[in-house]
Amino acid sequence: MKRNYKTGLILGLSLVLTMVLSACGASKEGMQADGSSASGSKDVELLNVSYDPTRELYEAYNKAFAAHWEKEKGQKVTIKQSHGGSGKQSRSVQDGLDADVVTLALGYDIDALQEKGLVKEGWQSKYEHNSSPYTSTIVLLVRKGNPKGIKDWDDLTRGDVQVITPNPKTSGGARWNYLAAWAYALKKSNNDEAKAQQFVQELYKHVPVLDSGARGATTTFVERGIGDVLIAWENEALLSVKELGADKFDIVYPSISILAEPPVAVVDKVVDKKGTREVADAYLKYLYSEEGQTIAAENYYRPTLESVTAKYKDQFPNLELVTLKDVFGTWKETQQKHFSDKGIFDQIYVPGSS
Amino acid sequence: MSQMQATRKRVLPGFGLTMGYSVLYLSLVVLVPLSALLLNSTGLTWGKFWDVATDARVLASYKVSFLCAAAAALIDLFLGLLIAWVLVRYEFPGKRMFDAVIDLPFALPTAVAGVALTALYAQNGWIGSMFEPLGWKMAYSQTGITLALMFIGIPFVVRTVQPVLEELDKDEEEVAATLGAGRWRTFRSVIVPELVPPLLTGFALAFARGIGEYGSVVFISGNMPMKTEIAPLLIMSKLEQNDYAGATAVALMLLVISFVLLFVINSFQRWSRRRAV
Repeated sequence: MKRNYKTGLILGLSLVLTMVLSACGASKEGMQADGSSASGSKDVELLNVSYDPTRELYEAYNKAFAAHWEKEKGQKVTIKQSHGGSGKQSRSVQDGLDADVVTLALGYDIDALQEKGLVKEGWQSKYEHNSSPYTSTIVLLVRKGNPKGIKDWDDLTRGDVQVITPNPKTSGGARWNYLAAWAYALKKSNNDEAKAQQFVQELYKHVPVLDSGARGATTTFVERGIGDVLIAWENEALLSVKELGADKFDIVYPSISILAEPPVAVVDKVVDKKGTREVADAYLKYLYSEEGQTIAAENYYRPTLESVTAKYKDQFPNLELVTLKDVFGTWKETQQKHFSDKGIFDQIYVPGSS
Repeated sequence: MSQMQATRKRVLPGFGLTMGYSVLYLSLVVLVPLSALLLNSTGLTWGKFWDVATDARVLASYKVSFLCAAAAALIDLFLGLLIAWVLVRYEFPGKRMFDAVIDLPFALPTAVAGVALTALYAQNGWIGSMFEPLGWKMAYSQTGITLALMFIGIPFVVRTVQPVLEELDKDEEEVAATLGAGRWRTFRSVIVPELVPPLLTGFALAFARGIGEYGSVVFISGNMPMKTEIAPLLIMSKLEQNDYAGATAVALMLLVISFVLLFVINSFQRWSRRRAV
């Protein structure tokens, strides 16, 4: 009986193992066949892994680039898009999603790819403007007519004001919100870090709901009617006003804000494997062209090309913008100091630290 | 002789072979992923692991997760029994429909449930707005989390109690009645003992589901650190910092506590079943 059980166990195990192994082998073969056919024929396929609010932007841009590339090289290119939270997207690529290019919300998420050896060092200086073809900034979205009279960051710490912003620890975009407030406080207090921290801590005391992502925060503010002001990316704010009607919300431009730089990079390891470097590189470069910049501006991102900026200057008012580099240094330092565990943001919430 | 009978009764061929398959599939689908979890947290030293897993904010989140899941499962226990009772013992128009609706929380993506519940219970929602003047905040509080967990947990209780209730012998109740037991006495002494094991199973399932629930809760909880932040959200937040080891440390802790709790509930259930028989 005992022997019977043992042989059965071994038989069962080996049978299923062979099944699993052969299935794996088959899929690997399939992939190789696919890969060779892609490099052999004239058609080429790119995967752009991006973050949530760029969906419409890249839908328009991909069409424009495909047309441009076909005219230039006579090669047909199809671009697949993948969208999600910036950090989550970065992790998918780290875990093996074959992205040719990444277009994410923060440099930190591409730094993480560099650490895994997927992107070469120096990616941030590979393209102009810190590899950010378009930029944005952080603005304040208030209800129509601005009933609480919010004009600047200071008003967000007033007793009667409730602020909606997502959690910077779970949302990459929300880190820019936090940094914008910090930059303002730092400037106002003549670079007194302690005062800046106090200000930001006070601000987060006025946050009744800490959503896990930026779209969730927008829903809380817009649909649930909670809060008096939403800290948001300018492109998202402009989109909200356009989509939900200009009769519902106003955009308030604070006296100073941060220049949000969503960066782009070629995933070196993937393009070398797939042989798509040339087209991937051209794909990102074309973002800086007149056509690419116009599409960015039409999707409410601030263009970096001057001729296009001039054309859209009514849409993007001038305000004092500081860069991450000026005030905070690199993303790695910023992340470590503010958003890592036991960093400043955690201290704001753990009892005994105030 | 008895062994011969036992072999003849088996539906699947050979204990050894079927056991082999079972162990293998359980390994592939459950055990290997769980040990990968363990492996992932080995990037931490024991001291660091303990630091991460017992950080004040993490502890607060365990408390929220476990307390709300327990509260929701407890309420579901009574609510589920009532619903199962009505479904088994009474006839009414639309019963089939009602019966099918019970399973919907199983099928619905939990994020959808979260959005729907938040819309209802927020300050300006249908139900939330009624409680707002009374000073009771429904959404964005632990009440909200419990509501969401009740929603996703209720089918577990109904679906485990219902078949047992259907199988229950009417004769025993009649005997109890002829012996002079009142309705309440019959319910308490004849029906409830039979229902204790399935109720405990239902409770354990609803509770376990509640601990791990993410989608519906992040929308309705407000995610305030130390107050309404659940443990799965902290895991997400650690992943967002590319801190795989830290995330798995929290997850491992959650796993161990859940396992111990479920083990206790299961033992209790086995004990009560033996006692009932």
